[in-house]
Amino acid sequence: MSKKTYSQAINEALRQEMRRDANVIIIGEDVAGGHGASGDTGGVGGVFGLTKGLYTEFGPERVLDTPISESAIIGAASGAAVTGMRPVAEIMFVDFVGVCFDQIYNQAAKFRYMFGGKAKTPMVIRTAIGAGLRGGAQHSQTMHPLFTMVPGLKVVMPANPYDAKGLLINAIRDDDPVIFMESKLLYGMEGEVPDEAYRVPFGEANIVREGKDLTFVAFGAMVPRAMTVAATLAKDGISVEVIDPRTTSPLDEDAILDSVAKTGRLVIIDESPPRCGLAADIASMVAEKGFRSLKAPIGKVTCPHTPVPFAPNLEDEYMPNPRRIEAAARAVFGYA
Amino acid sequence: MQLSRDDLKRAYRSMFTIRTFEERVTKEFALGNIPGFAHVYLGQEASGVGVCFDLGDDDYIGSTHRGHGHCIAKGCDVHGMMLEIMGKQGGLCGGKGGSMHIADMSKGMLGANAIVGGSPPIAVGAALTQKLKKTGKVAVAFSGDGASNQGTTFEALNMAVVLGVPAIFAFENNGYGEHTAASYAVGAPSIAERAKSFGMPAEVVDGSDFFAVHQAMGRALERGRAGEGPYALEIVCSRFLGHFIGDPQGYRLPEELVQARANDPLPRFRTGVTEAGVLEHADLDAIEREVLAEVEDAVGQAMAADRPNINTLETDVYVRY
Repeated sequence: MSKKTYSQAINEALRQEMRRDANVIIIGEDVAGGHGASGDTGGVGGVFGLTKGLYTEFGPERVLDTPISESAIIGAASGAAVTGMRPVAEIMFVDFVGVCFDQIYNQAAKFRYMFGGKAKTPMVIRTAIGAGLRGGAQHSQTMHPLFTMVPGLKVVMPANPYDAKGLLINAIRDDDPVIFMESKLLYGMEGEVPDEAYRVPFGEANIVREGKDLTFVAFGAMVPRAMTVAATLAKDGISVEVIDPRTTSPLDEDAILDSVAKTGRLVIIDESPPRCGLAADIASMVAEKGFRSLKAPIGKVTCPHTPVPFAPNLEDEYMPNPRRIEAAARAVFGYA
Repeated sequence: MQLSRDDLKRAYRSMFTIRTFEERVTKEFALGNIPGFAHVYLGQEASGVGVCFDLGDDDYIGSTHRGHGHCIAKGCDVHGMMLEIMGKQGGLCGGKGGSMHIADMSKGMLGANAIVGGSPPIAVGAALTQKLKKTGKVAVAFSGDGASNQGTTFEALNMAVVLGVPAIFAFENNGYGEHTAASYAVGAPSIAERAKSFGMPAEVVDGSDFFAVHQAMGRALERGRAGEGPYALEIVCSRFLGHFIGDPQGYRLPEELVQARANDPLPRFRTGVTEAGVLEHADLDAIEREVLAEVEDAVGQAMAADRPNINTLETDVYVRY
């Protein structure tokens, strides 16, 4: 056990899985980097450096640099997956799925069901998500609701380094296509991460903090923000339980319902637009299955229904931030 | 490559099975026995059979919405196919796929694909597996003149060259992408020229001539199996019927529809092999009788079969909500 960043945890998971299983390959843009250039090859390791060092260890047959062709990247990954490999494809920013979504939702996601259970598609799509880096409207989205609604896809949103490693290892060993959504804001987050390989199962929420007055449900980069507000509210004697479902699909409905049964009050914090997002989805699930538990209307803290703005003050207000989360929490807690 | 008498019989059996199967699908569709819609391969038999003739079960193909012929050429069971197309229990995909999604992994058939341009990227991946595992096998992407205009296809052609994988792009140019002529929609002088510009060898082949397709595919296979990279074939063939069964085809003149059948690959094959004295008419007639009986049996079985058990609606998924 030692302190590692979220980025290091992901790199370590990839490295250990590639050592364990020769069928695990990495495919994407600049995952090695420098091919055909005058200088070093393999030193880039992706724009965020997540795959750094893997080309040196595993070589060009295991770490495949591609042209900027997302549709062919995903198609090649799924074609390799159904014929025996375990590819980890990288879509640099989740915003780029627009140019390859067909290969995800019409192809890879459907093979298992559409072919009557006779095809396995063990592939992972790693992708960086979220606002906060001033990336503008086409480099800052989360898009997880879009994937969550597609039958056949598993959708993973690690919120800390420990989960990043364990969930990625679980994703690589899974036989279905997994969308592994890395929060850009968390890449530098440090935490205790075991040196050995381990799995964090899908569909099992992490109760990050126990409480009795109010339940927060948050995903990815919103979890640390929820924790900050929970600590603030604790000073006023408001006890908040913070639940990180870890995966949006499968979703640990029981953990959420059990918590709401205890607290009677729910605020969902989700970095995506207000309609058809995870906040709306979970609110609907609790209204349907946990109606008798509720003592107050469900609170939702989401982004506005706008593209992600560029100017720092606008972007900071666009994202669910501690001020907005706290306001929603106090309103739900104070509802008589 | 010299083909034996048995080879020639196998080729004719495969082509005649496609012909019979598709004529029967057309009939059963008109009778209301096939749900949804279907696109038949009539007229293109020599293409699928010529391409798949020397492929084994561990070579892969990805197909198109017009995929029945590719399935048969790759060895899929016609009983399982007819069950699938009719949406019945026991179909190759358990009735969950249908005409446009027939797949059989055990035959290296990665699926008919209802997205135009869907298969080329997948075939690149299947070919990548062959390269990495050093199997000497190949992956073929069947697609049409229509798919040759899709961006995903361009990406796949380029990626195949960049990664040096044994992918073979079989573009079946039947003159029409749905209801629009290739002469209008394909901006390049030819699809083969377009493929060449991506950096791979490519050739135009007469798709009504089984032998021409088979020989061209032989060159593609030789290159693929030797690990020398991708290859493209533009197989010019004739679509006897419309885009889908029931397409009134007002966009094609009556004389064109007659002309479309002038170069029918089946009689052409029959004439060729009998005039050369390699096979007798009686040999081919015997094959036809067997195939007709087999397809008749497949239709009878499929008509009598039950719909899939309703309990299978939510199987083959990882979660139920």
